[in-house]
Amino acid sequence: MMEIGLNHYLVLSTILFAIGLVGVMRRKNLLLLFFATEILLNSVNIAFAAISHFYGDLTGQMFAFFVIAIAASEVAVGLGLLIVWHKRHGNIDLDNLATMKG
Amino acid sequence: MFEAIAFYLFAFLTISMFFITVTTSQALYALSALAAGMIFISAFFFILGADFLGAIQIIVYTGAVMALYAFGMMFFDTTRELKEKQGNKYIIVGMSAIAAVLVVAIFSAPMLSTNMTAFYPSAQDIGNTQQVGMVLFTKYLIPFELAAVMLLVAMIAGIVLAGKKMDISLTMTSETDIVTMNNETNTKVLS
Repeated sequence: MMEIGLNHYLVLSTILFAIGLVGVMRRKNLLLLFFATEILLNSVNIAFAAISHFYGDLTGQMFAFFVIAIAASEVAVGLGLLIVWHKRHGNIDLDNLATMKG
Repeated sequence: MFEAIAFYLFAFLTISMFFITVTTSQALYALSALAAGMIFISAFFFILGADFLGAIQIIVYTGAVMALYAFGMMFFDTTRELKEKQGNKYIIVGMSAIAAVLVVAIFSAPMLSTNMTAFYPSAQDIGNTQQVGMVLFTKYLIPFELAAVMLLVAMIAGIVLAGKKMDISLTMTSETDIVTMNNETNTKVLS
């Protein structure tokens, strides 16, 4: 109980991933859907860093860096697309996005 | 001892912050809770000895990503109450089943790989940042450069998408309107 091992970090990562999945499933506003995807990426980063530490290997940390870079570019492009959508339609609800016309 | 106390404290704080993020109906609360959760996650990286990753987490997430989200929230009408959808029951059940299978896979993965050896073993006598630099600029140089190119593409895409003239759709307007629009801009530039 007092000795923190790899499984503790994996359990924490799983719990955070489940919270992110719940957010992805129940959110209707696209901006808050983006927040949920950030939670998913961060939970995976925790698992990578923990495995990297407990196996004495730096590959996990490298992968976490690339995940952070991908998250940053995803936010830039996604927010640009959201701004374009909001300029044209006036809202960012997911249900209005289902019709693919223009 | 202190590691256990820090782990449980930050685990509780992170889970509660992210729970607020996915359940609140106010976008501003969600943003603030997400920023706090990001900072608490960096504490795990410091506990795990990944100092450089923790610093990058704070700088990138609470510095760049949260500033982008706060900037984007100024464009949107986020003050009104958010309505959440009542999801399809079958989709929720299916996703829960997939999540359960994922949990089993996560717990069985360390047991299956007991004889795993380090691919790039970390040296003991130098700091984490120096090790990261040595591995990143030798073994992972090409992915690093590709990530740089990808960030450049994302930056240009963000500038173009959030710029002017993107609120009209060129594919939905007729040919003559586009020609007149071009003529107007040309006369503006020439005059």
